[in-house]
Amino acid sequence: MKVILKRFLSIIPVLLGVIVMIFIMLRIVPGDPAAILLGEHVSPDTVERLTKSMNLDQPMGVQLLSYIWNALRGDLGMSYTMKRPVTELILGAFPYTVKLSLMAAVFAWAVGLISGIIAAITQNRIPDRLFMGFSLAGVSVPVFMTSLFLQYMLAFKIRAFSLTSDGSLYSMILPAIALGWNSAGSIARMTRSSLIEVMQADYIDTARAKGLARRAVILGHALKNSMLPVITMMALQLSSMMSGAVITESIFAIPGIGRLATEAIQKRDMPLLQGTVLFTTVIVVVGNLIADLLYSVLDPRIRKEA
Amino acid sequence: MSTENVLEIRGLKSSFFTDKGEVPAVNGVDLVIPRGKIVGLVGESGCGKSMTAKSVMGLLKYPGRIVEGEILLGGKDLTKLSDRELREHCGKDISMIFQEPMTSLNPVLKVGRQVQETLLVHDKNIGKEEAKRQVIDIFKKVGIPEAEKRYSCYPHELSGGLRQRVMIAMAMVCRPALLIADEPTTALDVTIEAQILRLMKDLCRQNNMSVLIITHNLGVVAEICDDIYVMYAGKIMEHAPVFELFDHTRHPYTKGLLASIPRIGDNPEFLHTIPGVVPNMLHLPKGCAFANRCELVQERCRSQMPELVTAAPDHECRCFLALEEEDQNGTGRKGGGDR
Repeated sequence: MKVILKRFLSIIPVLLGVIVMIFIMLRIVPGDPAAILLGEHVSPDTVERLTKSMNLDQPMGVQLLSYIWNALRGDLGMSYTMKRPVTELILGAFPYTVKLSLMAAVFAWAVGLISGIIAAITQNRIPDRLFMGFSLAGVSVPVFMTSLFLQYMLAFKIRAFSLTSDGSLYSMILPAIALGWNSAGSIARMTRSSLIEVMQADYIDTARAKGLARRAVILGHALKNSMLPVITMMALQLSSMMSGAVITESIFAIPGIGRLATEAIQKRDMPLLQGTVLFTTVIVVVGNLIADLLYSVLDPRIRKEA
Repeated sequence: MSTENVLEIRGLKSSFFTDKGEVPAVNGVDLVIPRGKIVGLVGESGCGKSMTAKSVMGLLKYPGRIVEGEILLGGKDLTKLSDRELREHCGKDISMIFQEPMTSLNPVLKVGRQVQETLLVHDKNIGKEEAKRQVIDIFKKVGIPEAEKRYSCYPHELSGGLRQRVMIAMAMVCRPALLIADEPTTALDVTIEAQILRLMKDLCRQNNMSVLIITHNLGVVAEICDDIYVMYAGKIMEHAPVFELFDHTRHPYTKGLLASIPRIGDNPEFLHTIPGVVPNMLHLPKGCAFANRCELVQERCRSQMPELVTAAPDHECRCFLALEEEDQNGTGRKGGGDR
C-alpha cells in the first residue's frame, strides 16, 4: 500500500515538469496567438485588446502559475477557435479514443499473445516462421499503410465496413485493427522470445522432472514468468493508444483526442493544445504506474523488495 | 533382468546434432543402479554425466536426443515410451534434483504449491488438503524448520540450503524408487553440503531408495556412495565399489582426479592438475579419448579404444594397462610434486 502511494506521489514532479515544458515551448514558437486568431486586416488596437483579455500581456511566470492553478481545478482554459472550455472538448473527445484504444488493445493482445505462444512452442517450424513473418510485417508496416489497405480491401472492395467511423462499435473495427496491428506484431515477437527464453530455465526442467505434461509446464510454469516483460509492454501500448492515435483517428475521421490535438496545432489553438498534451501525459504516466503495479502483482520478488 | 536393479542403462548413446556434425556427449554408457544403493557418476565438466541423467528423465533439449541404447526401469525401456508415458514415471518412480537450487524453483510460485503439484499430478484422487498435509509432512522430514510457514514462501525468501531441501522434498514426496541428484551440493556452502548429503543418505536408507549422484567432487562420492562410475568424454572409464576404487585405482584418469584433490599438508604453492583439456567431442581422437592427457600413454592407445574390462571382481576399467599392471602404486595419491 505504501509503495503504491509512493509511486503515485512520484508522478507529481513529472506532471509539473511536463506542464512547464509545454508552456515554455508553446511560447517560444513564433507568432502572436491573438493576431493569428483575429486573422488578417485587423487594427493593432483590436489585437492589443484581445491580448489583454487573454492575459497574454502578463509575465510568463504569472501565466504559468495561474495555468497550473486553474488546471488543478480542472479548468484548462477556453479554446480560441472553438470558443468552448478545453476540458469539455477533451472530455467530449476522450470516449471515442477510449473505445478505439480498448478495441485495438484487445485485438492486439489476443492476436499477439496467441500467435506469440504458438510461435514459441513450434519454434523454428512452419507455424513459427509463418507467425513471425506476419508479425514482422505488423511491426514494420506503418499504421497509415495498414489503414489505407484495410479501407481499400474491406470497405471499398468488399464493402463490409464503412470507410469512416461514425463512433459505433462496428464502425470502429477497421480502425481498431489498423491501430492494433503494430502492437500485435510486437507483442507476438516479445511473447515468443520471452517464452522461449523461459523454457530454457532450470525450473522448467524441474517441472518436467516432476512429471508434468508439456501443456501443464507451459501453462502452469512458463507462461506466468514469460508474461512479466510482455505485460509491461501491453500496458504501455494501451496508454499510448489512449493518448490519441493521431494518424488512425485522422484517416478514419474519428473525433478523438488525436484529432483534437492535430486541429489545435493547425489552428495554433494554444489552450487546446496545452490541454491535450497535458491530458495525454497524465494518461501515459498513469499507464506506466499501472504497468509497474501489475508487474509487482505478477512477480513476488518485486513485491518483496517494495 | 534382475529385479535387484532399479535402473539399468545399456549402451546409451545421446548426441547433439549441431551444424558442424554429431556430438556424441554420451557414447555407449552402461550403468546399473541396484536397489537401496547410492551410485556416484563422476567426471569433469562436459564429460556427459548430466546428459546421461537428462537422457533418463527425457529432458534432452533440441538438438540433443537419444540415439541408441536402453534405459530399463523395472524392465520397462524408457527410451521406447512416448513423452506422455515417460512423464507418468518421472516424479513418481524416478525423480531428479538439480545443481542450482537458486534457479531450479519457479520464482513466481509458492514452494509448497510446487511440491504439492508433484503429488497432484501423480495421484488424481488425492485431495488438495491431503496433499498439503503430506507436503508439510515431507518438509519436516527433510529438515525444513517451521514447515507450515515455509509452505507459502516464495523461493527467493529461502536460503540456498533450504531451497535444496525443498527440491529434495519435491523429489521425495512420491517416494520414488530412484533419485537422480545432479551436482546437488555444488552451489552450497561446505557445511550445508555435509547436511544435505547426510539427509540424502538417511532418506535413502529409510525408504530403501536408490540414488544416482552426479558430481565432479570425489569428496562427495567418498562420503556417501556405494558404487562409483568414472566418466570421461562420454564413456565410462572405470567402475568399482567405493573402497575398491579408492584403494585400488586402476585407470590413469581416475588417478589424476584423485591426485587433483588438494590435501592439507601438500605443498600449498602447487595444485596437481591433469594437463590438457577434454577433447573436442566433435572430433574425438581415434583411440582412447584420454590418450592425449595420459602420462602412461602407449602407441596403441592412440589408434584403438580399449574395452571396458573386468580387471578384478566388481572392478571394471577401460585401459590397456588395467590387466597388465596390477595396481600400480595403489591410489595414485602421491600427486603434487613432480610437475
